[in-house]
Amino acid sequence: MSTIERQTPPTAAVQTPRARRRAAPPAGLVVASGALLLFATALVAPGLLATHDPYALNLADALHAPSPEYWFGTDEAGRDLYSRVVYGTRESLVIGLGATAVSLTLALVLGALAALGGRFVAGTVNRVIEVLLAFPTLLFALLLVAITGPSALSQVFAVGVGSAPGYARIIRGQILSAKNSGYVEAAVALGHSDGRILRQHIVPNAVRPLVAIIALSVGQSIVWASSLSFLGLGVAPPSPEWGALLDAGRVYITQAWWLTVIPGLVIVALALAATTLGKHIQNTLEKGEK
Amino acid sequence: MTRTSSNSPPRPAPGTRPVVPTLRRSPTLTWPRLRRIVEKIGGAVVVLFGAATAAFAAQAALPGDRATVILNIRAGQAIERTPAELAQINEQYGLQNPLVVQYLDYIGGLLVGDLGTSYQQFKPVSEVILQQIGPTVALTLTAVALSWLIMIAWVTLTAGRTGRLAGAGAVVDTTAAGLPHYWLGIILLLVFSLGLGWFPVISGPSAIGIVLPALTLAIPLAGFMGQATRTEFERSLEQPFVISARMRGMGDTGVRLRHVLRHSVLPAITLSGWALGATISGAVVVETVFSRPGIGKVLVGAVNSQDLPVVTGIVILIAALYVVANLLVDLAYTLVDPRLKSA
Repeated sequence: MSTIERQTPPTAAVQTPRARRRAAPPAGLVVASGALLLFATALVAPGLLATHDPYALNLADALHAPSPEYWFGTDEAGRDLYSRVVYGTRESLVIGLGATAVSLTLALVLGALAALGGRFVAGTVNRVIEVLLAFPTLLFALLLVAITGPSALSQVFAVGVGSAPGYARIIRGQILSAKNSGYVEAAVALGHSDGRILRQHIVPNAVRPLVAIIALSVGQSIVWASSLSFLGLGVAPPSPEWGALLDAGRVYITQAWWLTVIPGLVIVALALAATTLGKHIQNTLEKGEK
Repeated sequence: MTRTSSNSPPRPAPGTRPVVPTLRRSPTLTWPRLRRIVEKIGGAVVVLFGAATAAFAAQAALPGDRATVILNIRAGQAIERTPAELAQINEQYGLQNPLVVQYLDYIGGLLVGDLGTSYQQFKPVSEVILQQIGPTVALTLTAVALSWLIMIAWVTLTAGRTGRLAGAGAVVDTTAAGLPHYWLGIILLLVFSLGLGWFPVISGPSAIGIVLPALTLAIPLAGFMGQATRTEFERSLEQPFVISARMRGMGDTGVRLRHVLRHSVLPAITLSGWALGATISGAVVVETVFSRPGIGKVLVGAVNSQDLPVVTGIVILIAALYVVANLLVDLAYTLVDPRLKSA
């Protein structure tokens, strides 16, 4: 996309805006960006979106189906589900983003050691990654929760560490492919120092694809984290965290479908939006490389 | 996987066929092949050993004095313990020994199938698992079989079509692959049990009760495998053998089922080791949604009460299953794919 801009001569600026406009972005991307914007608003300023106090009890309106007054219905204590979902965004996203940060930091360290370390270090780290990959993500996270005990912090830690090995392997592959590329070979032939090659060639080329991985990983992390809350092993129910909402709503599944279906739908929407954005970034980067 | 590793021999340029002597070769055990198999088995053993070490480390990592922690976990409350009480626990779990001895004991126990003793149930972990594993195995196998059926039907129907059907095919794959188990389970439960009343709400051990839990696991898995299969399917549809089959007057459905499908399921088979692990861990969530008995339920309970021997026992067992399944897939490749012979 940026190539179009670069090729456009400066005089194009005086032409009609329509002539400068690029091809319209795909509809999926527009929807995804809009959804993410909405989630970002709920994260920063939930008061703008909420219609009720998320903690106000109103027993007269308990288990009210979705209506113009209560958009997503109400729970067993008459609290407005829509406002609770809005206010729960912060906790859910912070847990998801925190887990992503933990997992990518760990993955970056492991991946870099496995790709750039000496024979012994690289071999050992590779084995460690392989061993950790033998544990499916959710089980690894459960094992970590068993050690630390259930809480929001252990959720961040468990999901982060649990999903790190997979990303470590991806990052290792990217660093290796940069390391073995023609331009690094050329730089070595030119007599550039290791530090310069690392800074100028390997880091930029290995880190750029990370942007896409971050987007994909945020969506995944939120799903894993909410799975833990759903199992009762994360944030506890009075909290409006989305997994906790699901866990609390499960009890009323025969009477109030909205208490489980809607928070789940919100999680799926966020995960899909993040994934769509991540895939789009990935595709754009791949096109840019050619 | 190893097929794409950088140390594979240089591939011939795309489009040209590799010059292979036209001798018919049966999958005999040549030296490089045998070495490769031994290497793979060795690698799997190392991974299993590492996993066992991690499991031991997890048990040793419980914060605080372990004997006190074990007693507190049993009683469900945190109080001071008398030395006499602690001594008994230390004796029972061998905690008075140095960590190295405990570690060797644990590894030695694993080799003979001893997974330790539950902190809470006073029973060997292997006994706890054996009592509960039946429903989980049944669920997992049913789910994997169902996912293959769904995936094959959906891909055969939609891959390589033009217009709306083609778009829908890929979109459904991606969406299905991203559905969280808990949510899909709840939707299926609401629609088919509570809405239509076709299945029981609480799926007991009955045969009909397994349908919805298995579907919950199978749909996302079918989405994952479908993504891989679809790409290969569309590539195969353009191969010369498809044209020749059509020229012989074979119908479209026939071509898809008889020729194309066979060529395109290979990536999905590669995924099957992974799929088994993913399905078993998905079962943890699904058993909770549908209130089904099984090791998933036991695992969640054990995590909640920090009964670590049970947690590590189950996790180790599943990791071992996963490693062995992947090893089998790898070995099957080594035996079947002639391109890997010299690698």
